[in-house]
Amino acid sequence: MATYNLNINGKSAQVDVDPATPLLWVLRDHLKLVGTKYGCGIAQCGACTVHIGDGAVRSCQIPVSSVGEQPITTIEGLSENGDHPVQQAWMEVDVYQCGYCQAGQIMQASALLKNNPNPSDEEIEATMSGNICRCGTYTRIRKAIRLAAEKSQNS
Amino acid sequence: MTLIRTKIGRRSFIKSSALAGGGLMLGFSWLAACKTEAEAEAILQMPDEWFEINGFLKIGDNGVVTIMSPNPEIGQNVKTSMPMIVAEELDVDWNNVIVEQAPLNTEVFTRQLAGGSQSIRQGWQSLRMAGATARQMLIGAAAQAWGVPAEVITTNAGQLKHEGSGKTAGYGEMAAAAVNVEVPEEVKLKEVSEFKIIGTSRKNVDGPKIVTGQPLYGLDYHEEGMLIAMIEHPPAFGMKLKSFDGEAVKAMPGIKDVFSMEVYPDDYTKIWSDATVFDELVVVVGTSTWEVMNAKKALKAQWEPFGEYKDAYEGREQVVPAGLENTTEHYNKLETMGAKLAKVVRKDGDPEAAFKNAAKVLERTYTCPYLAHNTMEPMNFFAHVTDNDAKLVGPIQTPEFMEKSVSQRLGLPLEKIDIQMTRQGGGFGRRLYGHFLVEAAVISKKMNAPVKLVYTREDDMSYGVYRPTYVATYKAAFDENNNLTAFHVRAGGIPESPIYENRFPAGAIDNYLAESWEVGSNISTGAFRAPRSNFIAGAEQAFLDEVAEEMGKDPIDMRLEWLGKAANNPVGEKNDYDASRYAGVLKLVKEKSNWSGDQSGQHRGVSAYYCHNSYVAQVLDMSMQSGKPVIDKVTCAIDCGIVVNPDAAVNMAEGGIVDGIGHAMYSEMTFKEGEPQQSNFDRYRLIRHNEAPKAIDVHFVENEIDPTGLGEPPFPPIMGAVANALYRATGQRHYHQPFMGERALKG
Ligand code: FES
Ligand code: FES
Repeated sequence: MATYNLNINGKSAQVDVDPATPLLWVLRDHLKLVGTKYGCGIAQCGACTVHIGDGAVRSCQIPVSSVGEQPITTIEGLSENGDHPVQQAWMEVDVYQCGYCQAGQIMQASALLKNNPNPSDEEIEATMSGNICRCGTYTRIRKAIRLAAEKSQNS
Repeated sequence: MTLIRTKIGRRSFIKSSALAGGGLMLGFSWLAACKTEAEAEAILQMPDEWFEINGFLKIGDNGVVTIMSPNPEIGQNVKTSMPMIVAEELDVDWNNVIVEQAPLNTEVFTRQLAGGSQSIRQGWQSLRMAGATARQMLIGAAAQAWGVPAEVITTNAGQLKHEGSGKTAGYGEMAAAAVNVEVPEEVKLKEVSEFKIIGTSRKNVDGPKIVTGQPLYGLDYHEEGMLIAMIEHPPAFGMKLKSFDGEAVKAMPGIKDVFSMEVYPDDYTKIWSDATVFDELVVVVGTSTWEVMNAKKALKAQWEPFGEYKDAYEGREQVVPAGLENTTEHYNKLETMGAKLAKVVRKDGDPEAAFKNAAKVLERTYTCPYLAHNTMEPMNFFAHVTDNDAKLVGPIQTPEFMEKSVSQRLGLPLEKIDIQMTRQGGGFGRRLYGHFLVEAAVISKKMNAPVKLVYTREDDMSYGVYRPTYVATYKAAFDENNNLTAFHVRAGGIPESPIYENRFPAGAIDNYLAESWEVGSNISTGAFRAPRSNFIAGAEQAFLDEVAEEMGKDPIDMRLEWLGKAANNPVGEKNDYDASRYAGVLKLVKEKSNWSGDQSGQHRGVSAYYCHNSYVAQVLDMSMQSGKPVIDKVTCAIDCGIVVNPDAAVNMAEGGIVDGIGHAMYSEMTFKEGEPQQSNFDRYRLIRHNEAPKAIDVHFVENEIDPTGLGEPPFPPIMGAVANALYRATGQRHYHQPFMGERALKG
């Protein structure tokens, strides 16, 4: 056990856990931030995607001991009022079926747009292909990303 | 012990989850997206008092309406579309509606089950009745208050009005009185032409919660003092627990207990939704997921092969054979056993003679592998069992049935079992089989504590209730003028046959023979999205493509010709499809895909199928890009009667299409010595973003027929469309799913 001061969604949080505990389980079990999902535990599905700094990472692969002071953003902290352009686009397109994968999809997509505000279809495909949607909402995800890109550019 | 201290403060956590649990949060975010803040504020006002008019709905004194969604929500969007039906007949403004997931309550609701694409079809009348009855009672209350006959009172969007006197009142004002109005024996339902909500696209009521990561799913469920449990199951089908040593593991950090558990004791009588699964498991219980996962990895257990046994079900016994099975043996059996075991299940005319006299016979064999459901949210369930009662919360498609199982297993009366449904991270049939509820209940009882049972992805995939492996051999006989003279299908599987002998093209062919066979196995299998259809549709539709080619006919025109015969002059009496509706979707897809137009650069495959009371036809456009097949577009025509929530229906169809393409092209579960060879997404291929069609164009046949299934019907036929397009793109016919797998590529 060791104590970690994490910087999550702009606030600091202290946890006392085994250093090897993946960030995913620290978020879900210890901080009750359950928006970040467990899908595979081996970096294959993207359900657990969060931001560390500006980059999307698989939280199931990040031991809590390696995070340090870096700012972590989870789906709960992506925007104050649930109105990030990507969240708005997701609601407008009504992307989800079961919805389970969508927090990961949204975190992946929002990191993409932050680093590349107007991605091509190829770039969207390349970035989003690590996130599985078992329900098959891929065409809507693509549409919502394009819409979010437009929204961000017009705002 | 793990300590949690956070500067965000416990209070704010409690606050946000309490908000998320109520209707407040939902109302706000949902409205915020489409209304000004002031408008949202106005509606945000929760009523001071609720009046429950019937089990489906309650009306607040300020006119806000809560509608219960009775059925399990697995991603098919019934949580939005079922309340829409109630709201329609109640005649309220959808923006004033809050939706709540109903608990299991068989006294109020009928068929609280997600399966067979039946939620809307079978709920249609009762949902309409619930809304219409409440509306009638509100009218009754107004009639009394105003001293006028009920007949002259009209409603519109939650407002009551008496034209003659100009009196008006909101539903909220009459709700208290309406509770005391006698429940009418008869109510008038709206005409289809009067619908204002049904047939218009309404957004998913859980959308705002999904995009902000609110707790919605079983895995997100938490109660104070809750422990985490995981199971260790036999590594192979055909094995059972021999012994285990829990002592070392028990000493690991955060671990509370390690024990073995009989899920289904010998004297337990199963119902279908229990399924034939591993009856004894090792359980690890602890305080956090990660600690339990680690302990589970360190656990040493010994397993041994079991001998043949009989699983007792209500009214029948199922023989579970011994042995450690291999995929290669399965395929050998599929190839050879049909000739020995097949039994005739339908025969029209004299197919034997027609085949004997044929100038030419076309024969093709199709196979598919076992599949794991792989819901994105692995199996899990919360249970808190005490001496007197049991509370269970989580994702299950069959709460009505599993309530009985838990009751029998715990020896508690049914009314002491409370099952609550969360939103579910996918179903696809896997959550029809709720052994994990029984497991969670037994664990909670043993621990005397609230427990959440969680399957790892590996457990979920390697302890499946899989889609069976199937084979179908089709034969067509032709005369010297290339006319079709007979049709023969012989289909079988392990452990069940995929045949639907009374579906098209039965009824369209004078000499028709269908044969079926099956052979047992100890690998657990069950329903998977569109059971049996999910293979036989693709096989049949790929074969029809070859028949059309053989006859030199356009594949759509040939099907239409046959359907014309089935409509006007059907063969046999048991044909279970409506040939004109079937033809209707083919005609619509022909038009919408511009089938007869320029197809340069595109290789097109067509397919059509009827299942779960709905008709679907699809055209798939493929191009080859750097030697790889790319799906540019799928055009889809559907006849499922009245479409309740069109955009959500399109979403469902898109999902079925992507799912079908994925399973036809990439997915398979194989076994070696009984052991599943794929246990996570590194080795089990699911379709990914870059492999999905670039565009999907969905059209519905417009009619006023009561709605039928949609969760399953778009799924089976697309596999045939993939096969047929692949042929045009590559010159190669594909007979073995997954088409991009090794066995298929070997041919
Ligand atoms: S859970 Fe982390 S990638 Fe799947
Ligand atoms: S919406 Fe169900 S897994 Fe993506």
